[in-house]
Amino acid sequence: MSMSLTETPATAPLLDLRQVSRTFGSRPDLAARIAIALGAAKPPPVVHALDEVNLTVRKGEVLGLVGESGCGKSTLGRIAAGILPPSSGQVLWKGEDRQRLSGRQLRDADLAAQMIFQNPMAALNPRMSIETLVAEAPQIHGMIQGDRSAYVDDYLRKAGFDPAMKRRLPHQFSGGQRARVNIARALAVQPDFLVCDESVAALDVSIQAQILNLFMDLREQLDLTYLFVSHDLGVVEHISDRVAIMYLGRVVEEAPVAEVFARPNHPYTQQLLAEVPRIRPGKRRFAAMKGELPSPLDPPKGCHFHPRCPMAHERCRVEVPKRREIAPGHSSACHLNDQQAA
Amino acid sequence: MTPLLDVRDLVTVFPSDGRDLRAVDEVSLQVHRGEVLGLVGESGSGKSVTGFSIMGLVDPPGRIAAGQILFDGSDLAKADPETRRSLRGRRIAMVFQDPMMTLNPVLRIGTQMTETLHAHETLSRQEAHARARDALGQVGIPSPEERLAAYPHQFSGGMRQRVAIAIALLHRPDLIIADEPTTALDVTIQAQIISEFQKLTEDQGTAVIWITHDLAIVSGLADRIAVMYGGRIVETGPITEVLERPRHPYTRGLIRSVPSENTRGTRLAQIPGVTPGLARMPQGCAFRTRCARADSTCAERPGRFGTDQTYHRCFHPHEEALA
Repeated sequence: MSMSLTETPATAPLLDLRQVSRTFGSRPDLAARIAIALGAAKPPPVVHALDEVNLTVRKGEVLGLVGESGCGKSTLGRIAAGILPPSSGQVLWKGEDRQRLSGRQLRDADLAAQMIFQNPMAALNPRMSIETLVAEAPQIHGMIQGDRSAYVDDYLRKAGFDPAMKRRLPHQFSGGQRARVNIARALAVQPDFLVCDESVAALDVSIQAQILNLFMDLREQLDLTYLFVSHDLGVVEHISDRVAIMYLGRVVEEAPVAEVFARPNHPYTQQLLAEVPRIRPGKRRFAAMKGELPSPLDPPKGCHFHPRCPMAHERCRVEVPKRREIAPGHSSACHLNDQQAA
Repeated sequence: MTPLLDVRDLVTVFPSDGRDLRAVDEVSLQVHRGEVLGLVGESGSGKSVTGFSIMGLVDPPGRIAAGQILFDGSDLAKADPETRRSLRGRRIAMVFQDPMMTLNPVLRIGTQMTETLHAHETLSRQEAHARARDALGQVGIPSPEERLAAYPHQFSGGMRQRVAIAIALLHRPDLIIADEPTTALDVTIQAQIISEFQKLTEDQGTAVIWITHDLAIVSGLADRIAVMYGGRIVETGPITEVLERPRHPYTRGLIRSVPSENTRGTRLAQIPGVTPGLARMPQGCAFRTRCARADSTCAERPGRFGTDQTYHRCFHPHEEALA
């Protein structure tokens, strides 16, 4: 991963996360802090959702982010979309530190990154018509110059939704159509960058194919960049240019999509890819990776994957492996790579 | 050989606005001992209601309106509730998508398991306890003796599903109906559960109906497949034959819309439109409004073309193998 410090906004990646960590937990009040200091109480549990993640998203690409439930991929997506601040580390948007932005610049950065969530019904106010839902944000931000109705129609059409039905309410539509409304709503503020958090996970296969095609068409028409968060490796393989694999708060491997599927390096990636369900007629043995994702309340020391890794050795139990480049554009965080090099 | 389960022209209806909506519409399927049948379809295709009908779990006002469910020779569709109850859990068991719905949150796992045993068998508490413990061990739960005393919320999602499977296997049923048992789980956990399932059913010669929307799982697990659309089985046959040479345009469309079946980065082959609701299902072939091959013939209701075990319901079936 290259990190030159002399990048100008013109050459800087669209989004650059540097050493981003995020924890969740309650902050103890004064009495509790005294009790903890005196050893009379335990400190409140802290979830380490992200642990010093470095990740860049270049303009125009689709970056797929894959991992099991609880690995922190949604947290990373939210930080990338700017709706959740990191606990530590820097989020550079077009080369500028997001936390130093204010006023108009911050508003522009906020609008430029939009999120599309998994559950389309939960993301839509059930009492608002489709038209109001799509028009609300651009109206507030003064983006609609002329006719509101024409503006809404334009974006509904882009998302493949018939504008004739825009006066209806969300519950009157199927899951696939609601997904289209959410896409239209995100597009209506003219973003550069879409974070799709499991956006097709709840859809049937035939509808999922329609929405994935829509994402690919929109990318060409509107010059969009995507962070595509999903647990479905088949979907990610299909739509992404590059893939980042997460395990318990860390990105363990990152590479162009063809490279990662042809030559997975990290033992976790190798085992995960072996599980990609493919349509291959004929009975086969389902081999199983041992164990489950450990609790982010108390992550294992050293490499987070070592308790489930068949190749783990002493060093993996104590030292956190650094992610480094093993081939052009392909980086992996595993101690085994050092042994092979030495 | 007579099949263990022989469903013939099953119709399950739910009354709505004064008429009966057919959630399951003349479904015929057969499962032999030791065989895995993959029952595949999208939301609302009737695959779960088919499973519920076989189990006798269709809640009123829904009812089985016609057809036979021959299980080991006797017709369950006409059986009295007491007969059905004695079969349910003992000879036919079901595993559901969400194990938290199956398990009682306020009872220990051990209590729930021994309760199931006592419902069908006369045995001492010690025997029941030992059987429950062994069943937990079988499905790969570490330290089963201690875990018997745990409550459902103390298990992870994957472990809870193992418990649900252990309960289903307690009586060594002849048939297990698994309704999307791995859908809520991560791929790695999904593979663990399927692997346990494969081992156990093979050891015990259990027949399985695996209900799912995921063709990829079925392709590696099932002996035969049945594809449902709009309450009907539109195509069924041996897994290899159906996946390599799908006859029905819907089966074909479904296979081709799976991302891993398409070249990376290209547009996915998509089926136009959406599945109509039950009340708005077209007359004749239910798929005809979304089908490229449909013509005026399709306004007629397509019958079953083929044999009891391998048939499709299409007037214009594909003949060529899938590229």
